Amino acid sequence: MTAALDEATVWTWLAEVADPEIPVISVVDLGIVRSVGVDDDSVTVTLTPTYSGCPATHVIEAAVREALQAHGVDDVRIVTQLSPAWTTAWLSEAGRQKLKGYGIAPPAQQVIDISGLRGGLAAAVSRRAGGASSAVPSVACPHCGSTHTELTSQFGSTPCKALYRCRACREPFDYFKCH
Amino acid sequence: MDAKVQYLLRLGDNALVLSQRLSELCGKGPALEEDMALTNVALDLLGQARLWFTCAGELEGRGRDEDALAYLRDAHDFHNVLLVEQPNGNYAHTLVRQFYFDTWHYFLIGALAQSADARIADIAGKALKEVTYHLRRSGDLVVRLGDGTALSHEYTQTAADELWMYTGEAFNYDAIDEQMVAAGIAPPAATLRAQWLAHVGDIFAEATLRMPAPDAWMQKGGKAGRHSEHLGYLLAEMQFLQRAYPGAAW
Repeated sequence: MTAALDEATVWTWLAEVADPEIPVISVVDLGIVRSVGVDDDSVTVTLTPTYSGCPATHVIEAAVREALQAHGVDDVRIVTQLSPAWTTAWLSEAGRQKLKGYGIAPPAQQVIDISGLRGGLAAAVSRRAGGASSAVPSVACPHCGSTHTELTSQFGSTPCKALYRCRACREPFDYFKCH
Repeated sequence: MDAKVQYLLRLGDNALVLSQRLSELCGKGPALEEDMALTNVALDLLGQARLWFTCAGELEGRGRDEDALAYLRDAHDFHNVLLVEQPNGNYAHTLVRQFYFDTWHYFLIGALAQSADARIADIAGKALKEVTYHLRRSGDLVVRLGDGTALSHEYTQTAADELWMYTGEAFNYDAIDEQMVAAGIAPPAATLRAQWLAHVGDIFAEATLRMPAPDAWMQKGGKAGRHSEHLGYLLAEMQFLQRAYPGAAW
């Protein structure tokens, strides 16, 4: 180590660690790096999982460790923090734009599930009962921008995504679920 | 064993056993979307089980980690409710089992997110969003099948009736549950049961399904380690590697 290590530098390094499932965004864009602590030559990175069962969690920890070691930090400590629970509201604006450019629709509305869990459930019930779709966020197609889209599957290729189809350009696309 | 450790093991066992049941359907779902949904729900539950087991193992202080708790206990040491170990039947059966579970799980996890125990509240707070999504999906599907064709209605009604006797156990509190209630850790049975009955009633009404009698006779025993024979087979498959090659590691 030639220069003294500072937190800002570590953040720039972490900004280059790609999410293993969606490599177009970094772990910082994803909002899962909660804090960085520097103590002499040791670095503590606090991460929060996206979903309890996200299989990428361990890969992300290893990637963070590897990236810091590549920059000469040998003493890396990873702390997992569950609370406050991760939410898609923590996705950075840059991250949202990158997702869109990659063909994944970013979360349409922020934190539906946190603002009203019971409300969310009630909305689902009224939607089924033939209510208007006002409670359902409109998801814009990442390809053509149309909001004339429909849900085809509540789950997609990873736990964090759902499958949609655009009725305008007819392209199927992944939607990063609001969480 | 400490009551809180036992309570944590029950939470972990319910999530793990249902996760394993759903995993059995990987690649066998009736439609691609359903296949993905079942396995994603299984994955969420597995993640939750790991968090509960890790917490239980640390609190117990005997050096048992999540793997030891999942792989190195026999059926009588599992404390899940009988509902989650019921085998996968036809798809209506699988879905109704899920809906009964999800409804209970949603209200339980919601209450645990407000638990007096900070660590339990953190895990539940994390799980709550996942559990809410599960319940929306299984409730939607029960309505679609119940209020679908004559055949789907018949299958769903049959499943609702057959699984009903396994739904009472979750609200049948024993000394451990009551200790958790007294400590402000877990919600009282009466509250949970009222919420469960109200939501199942709403969905069944919409699904044109007949709700079985709430005061019907209910099966029990899972929480005390007395299981149906189904759990043994499930564990035999899930624990095969550790039974055949004790201590095997990646």
